[in-house]
Amino acid sequence: MSAYNFAYLDEQTKRMIRRAILKGLAIPGYQVPFASREMPMPYGWGTGGVQVTASVLMPEDTLKVIDQGADDTTNAVSIRRFFERTAGVAVTEATVEASVIQTRHRIPEEPLQAGQILVYQVPIPEPLRFLEPSEVETRKMHSLEEYGLMHVKLYEDISQHGAIATAYAYPVKVEGRYVMDPSPIPKFDNPKLEMEAIQLFGAGREQRIYAIPPFTQVVSLDFDDYPFAPTKADHACDLCGAEDSYLDELIVDDAGGRMFMCSDTDYCLTRRKAGHIGAQGVPYEEASV
Amino acid sequence: MQTVAIEGGFLDGPVQSSRAFRQIMNALARPGTICALDGAEPPAPLSIAAATLMLTLCDHETPIYLGDGYDTSDIRQWITFHTGASIVAPQKAAFAIGDWNGLPLDQFPIGTPEYPDRSTTVIVECPALVAQGATLSGPGIKAKAALSLPELKAFQRNAALFPLGLDFFFTHGNQIAGLPRTTKVT
Repeated sequence: MSAYNFAYLDEQTKRMIRRAILKGLAIPGYQVPFASREMPMPYGWGTGGVQVTASVLMPEDTLKVIDQGADDTTNAVSIRRFFERTAGVAVTEATVEASVIQTRHRIPEEPLQAGQILVYQVPIPEPLRFLEPSEVETRKMHSLEEYGLMHVKLYEDISQHGAIATAYAYPVKVEGRYVMDPSPIPKFDNPKLEMEAIQLFGAGREQRIYAIPPFTQVVSLDFDDYPFAPTKADHACDLCGAEDSYLDELIVDDAGGRMFMCSDTDYCLTRRKAGHIGAQGVPYEEASV
Repeated sequence: MQTVAIEGGFLDGPVQSSRAFRQIMNALARPGTICALDGAEPPAPLSIAAATLMLTLCDHETPIYLGDGYDTSDIRQWITFHTGASIVAPQKAAFAIGDWNGLPLDQFPIGTPEYPDRSTTVIVECPALVAQGATLSGPGIKAKAALSLPELKAFQRNAALFPLGLDFFFTHGNQIAGLPRTTKVT
């Protein structure tokens, strides 16, 4: 650990990122440009989230890292180890024990508390990018609050599919002003964006940081006759029986057999420890976790 | 150079600034919350909280404006030695520090429609800081919060500029509170 500066980044970089975070909190949903650094991991593996986490971590923190809800995937494990080695912080898989949570594409099921910070890894921060490739143009559209194109896109969903088919990275309007990409979280998670914790978004390759302060109004875009509806697989978790959590669908054999299980592994395990059992689950004591 | 200029910085920069930043971020993300902020030992009349904020956030990329009463040779040397920031006119300031009557609020950049982040962060040194007085609402506040503000009009005008505008920190001793441009004041 002593071979690195605390939390890997140099102090000048951290100051620059910290200033961007404060601007982001002051202008919720606005994408603040920042001078993203090369990190010892490839773009797409969470370089933006890692830089934000490195800039907010303090030695007393307990860090949790999830990838699609899971604590035990390669990406989550390697980022957790990275900060164990470079910042010497404690790590955990339990949502309630964490003070800083870095996430890729999920919001934990357990409601976050005031003392917690949620850091998102963001691939494409600009919600208008696939509609308008020019940064000059999208910046102008944000400045003029010109978001008609996004509504046209959602309308085209309805005309083609009969419903808004966008299922993840569902655009939101923050505090009635900026349209924001909540990162590729399932739209099931969108209602949770109004929370007590501070939410920070880091996009390393695209060099943008944005933020949502606690208790900030976050509205998913929709139409009066086609209101926003969070969706999930119409099933209960086969391991813990939860009916209120977001589910992953797993193919389990060559005959097309499948099972559904909580995407949030900590939520699922906590429920199983508490004695909840799903259709294909076994009591926690007998499972070799 | 006087010794006053080279003393009073962080003893362990990376760790102390990480703790200080958490307090600063909480103050700005939750307007009306008064947080404890210390670590720096600056020359008077600079408060501990304001100086700690500067050590945490300022460097050669952030020009600073010093308000009336703060533009002293001791303070200039202290800031230059510890942060490397240049001291500039209000029109070029990324950060400004002073007491309420010594800050030319109408001369600070408020950002542009395309880059509203290119605005000044104003640190107001206060004779006292308590969670009562003006009523605050907006992002970061559950329903209502309260904070002792030097006046109301200036902050109402500032909030009306959103998404442009200035962001404020109020400091007193080792206390800090934040007021971003989104906060509505009544």
